[in-house]
Amino acid sequence: MLLTTTLLFYVFSAVLLLSALLVITARNPVYSALYLVLAFFNAAALFLLLGAEFLGLILILVYVGAVMVLFLFVVMMLDINLTRLKEGFLRYLPLGLAVAIVGVLEMVSVFWVAPLGRVPAPGPIPADADNTRALGQLLYTHYLYPFEIAAVILLVAIIAAIALTLRRRPDTKSQAVGRQVAVAVKDRLRMVDLRGPRQ
Amino acid sequence: MEIFAWLHSLPPIWVYLLIPLAPLAGALVAGFGGWALRERAHWAPILGVAFALYLSIFVLLEVLHGVSFYGNVYTWAVFGNLPVHIGFDIDSLTAVMLVVVTFVSLCVHIYTIGYMHGDPGYARFFSYIALFTFSMLMLVMANNFLQLFFGWEAVGLVSYLLIGFWFTRESANQAALKAFLVNRVGDFGFLIGIAAIYHYCGSLDYRTVFAAVPGLVGQTVTILPGHRWSVLTWIALLLFIGAMGKSAQVPLHVWLPESMEGPTPISALIHAATMVTAGIFMVSRMSPIYEQSATALSVVLIIGAITALFMGLIGLVQNDIKRIIAYSTLSQLGYMTAALGASAFSAAIFHLMTHAFFKALLFLAAGSVIHAMENEQDIRKMGGLRRHMPITYLTFLVGALALSGIPPFAGFFSKDLIIEAVGDSSMVGAHFAYLLLVVGALVTALYTFRMFFLVFHGKQRMDEHTRAHLHESPGVITLPLIVLAIPSLLAGWFFIAPVGLGDFLDSSLQIRAQWNTVAEIASHWQGAGVFLLHGLQAWPFWLAILGIALAVWFYLLHDGVPAGLSTLLAPATWVLRKKYGFDAFNQWVFVRGALLFGRRFWHWGDESLIDGAMVNGSARMVARAALSWRRLQTGYIYHYAFVMIIGLVLFMTYFMIWRG
Amino acid sequence: MTAPNLSQWLILGALLFSIGVVGIFLNRKNVIILLMAIEILLLAVNINFVAFSRYLGNLEGQIFVFFVLTVAAAEAAIGLAILVVYFRNRRSINVEDIDELRG
Repeated sequence: MLLTTTLLFYVFSAVLLLSALLVITARNPVYSALYLVLAFFNAAALFLLLGAEFLGLILILVYVGAVMVLFLFVVMMLDINLTRLKEGFLRYLPLGLAVAIVGVLEMVSVFWVAPLGRVPAPGPIPADADNTRALGQLLYTHYLYPFEIAAVILLVAIIAAIALTLRRRPDTKSQAVGRQVAVAVKDRLRMVDLRGPRQ
Repeated sequence: MEIFAWLHSLPPIWVYLLIPLAPLAGALVAGFGGWALRERAHWAPILGVAFALYLSIFVLLEVLHGVSFYGNVYTWAVFGNLPVHIGFDIDSLTAVMLVVVTFVSLCVHIYTIGYMHGDPGYARFFSYIALFTFSMLMLVMANNFLQLFFGWEAVGLVSYLLIGFWFTRESANQAALKAFLVNRVGDFGFLIGIAAIYHYCGSLDYRTVFAAVPGLVGQTVTILPGHRWSVLTWIALLLFIGAMGKSAQVPLHVWLPESMEGPTPISALIHAATMVTAGIFMVSRMSPIYEQSATALSVVLIIGAITALFMGLIGLVQNDIKRIIAYSTLSQLGYMTAALGASAFSAAIFHLMTHAFFKALLFLAAGSVIHAMENEQDIRKMGGLRRHMPITYLTFLVGALALSGIPPFAGFFSKDLIIEAVGDSSMVGAHFAYLLLVVGALVTALYTFRMFFLVFHGKQRMDEHTRAHLHESPGVITLPLIVLAIPSLLAGWFFIAPVGLGDFLDSSLQIRAQWNTVAEIASHWQGAGVFLLHGLQAWPFWLAILGIALAVWFYLLHDGVPAGLSTLLAPATWVLRKKYGFDAFNQWVFVRGALLFGRRFWHWGDESLIDGAMVNGSARMVARAALSWRRLQTGYIYHYAFVMIIGLVLFMTYFMIWRG
Repeated sequence: MTAPNLSQWLILGALLFSIGVVGIFLNRKNVIILLMAIEILLLAVNINFVAFSRYLGNLEGQIFVFFVLTVAAAEAAIGLAILVVYFRNRRSINVEDIDELRG
């Protein structure tokens, strides 16, 4: 059991890191997005290993199901000139690598040395543990207000996204229901006296 | 008396409070309601002032019966251990001033109805003069230096407003500014004097200060290194600088002739009868301080005597009717100041009182003449007016005789008393002053009757149009003239015994026995009759007669004499016409100097330093720095992101290495 | 092999984070990939939170992740909306064309 957990940790971690690396190096943004989806799946698996089932599922449902689909939509919708975007792709790589390596070394040294690393691994998660229920109880009692604020933030995001992208198209044809209803007979019907030859 | 009976049922403090508040209420009504009231705006101020006069007479009668009051009504503010009160000091001196101020003010108010009729600023004018009456009443009723200063400044302010009343005239604005600035010089000294009093006595309350004054005798202060002067002399001199500004003594007199730019009623009210007497009143009120310093009294005496003679001499060569009276006011204020210097405070107040009546009368009569002449003020273009305006003529004659000191008119008693007191004085400079004052009597009579004859007698020198329209002024103008002529005629005879010679004012004044010349005179000639008999045998009377005789000779009998004299004495006339060069000196030194300084500050300070170096300089510096720093702001979002990330790593490194 | 301890989880987070950082440096011109790199950064942070939550026995870490996910979703939505508007106006999503801020 223990062995399985450790093994799974390494496998998922490796795939996560690899797919993340591919996200940032892929030639085509569509590939990037798909690799990111893969990364999220692995991350969700890691969350499950940590006993955070709710968040793992949320990650898949919300992130993979909604956000990443949104990314894909946008990527495919926009006609992007890839060659220009890739110009000077490696120009800042040395700087970026240096910064990243320094950061990683520093963080690793801290994690390795600090007493954090010696925090004992917790016991196995009991079979009847209900992560979702526990989270829900905390969220709807103690964190009720932050939770509601989060809802408002999402609402703001919805409105903002719609407001930003909405545009009027004068050339499209649409039905003006109000004008249809308000129409009067004289607008549509004209009586013409056609005096034909009667004689 | 019957009409005052009901006032006894009021608390006295109410009566005192109502005296200044009634004119204030009138001023507010006229000032804020003027746009609606228009030609009816005079009612509120006149009622207010009339009520104040009524109460003042009541207060005077009460004071005659020995009532007095000293106390605070209201605590305005407390600064540390310095309480600022509104309070009243009601005694004989205040009571006399109250009646004089409100009486003259009421006459001027009534006169103004006729004089300012049709002026667009009718309501504004009434508001100002009522406000002025309020300020003057606050000044004379004060029981502490701060309230005194309040009234002092307020009359200065209203004076400024009234001199510049016709604000569309440039000369009026300049005159108003001049009056304000010259008064500021005096007020500066006055304020330092008050500060010195607070510093040495620890209070601004009259009685506390006067009680502390004897303790200051002998105390000295170092003003210039190596010299020590008496504190009291300095305080007295600083206060007197204030009085010089308000009461227009040489060399701070220059504003008063200019102030004739204002409408005539305020020349009568402010620049003859009341405001300019504030300095005289203040010095009398401060008699306990002045009596401790022979030096200060000598200075006061000499300044007063110089003003009395030399300002009168200028009056001889002026041609503007109002300016002649203005110079005579300067001269008469000089007499009062000289009396103060001779410790004859009661004589000064007595002359203040009679002068207020006859000088207001002269001004108002002059206003009546100007009104009839359609705003012509040059006496060379008048003449022979007596046939056209008999009431003005007669009342003007009364005023002129009173001013010249001819018995039994009011001016005779008061002026003669002053001259006598100065002659008997043992002050340093008293002989010199006496000489100037005696000669001044001749000059006064000469310029007064020169003006009188040129205006009312002789050939009619005005143009046809004006002559056709000559007429006596309406009743609202002549009534105050008649009302003022009565005290101008009688006040001296009736009041010399109590006010001038008697002990009525003694409770307000404090005079050293060895300097008390008035008491000595009083012991020789008790009563008006004796005094009059003595006056007839004295120099000043005969000199005044001589002055009138000369005027008759020069201006009625031999027209050519004055012209010949003025060419004969060309240098002297030139000096007089230039007014001894005070104006030129001020113009050259102060006005030009201030302009020079102003230009320097403008060019160097404002343009170069503030605009150039500080305002534009800092902007230029920012612009230059920004020009070089803007390269940091590439506008590329990823640069900002890089900086954030690199910054994050640097922070981590910092904490790892130095805090780890 | 022993169970992974907290350090290993944190090092995983650190590595993922640095990949995100390199991604920002590499794809500086492509806003879409920039947004994805930011998602990676947030994911790294979330892994740390969840790991702490598990090892310290405190559910609040997961609450925090919940909020981070919320905000990240909002951010992605608005960011993409801006991107779409921008593309509509400029026919490009090249960051080098976005230089209105330049003085």
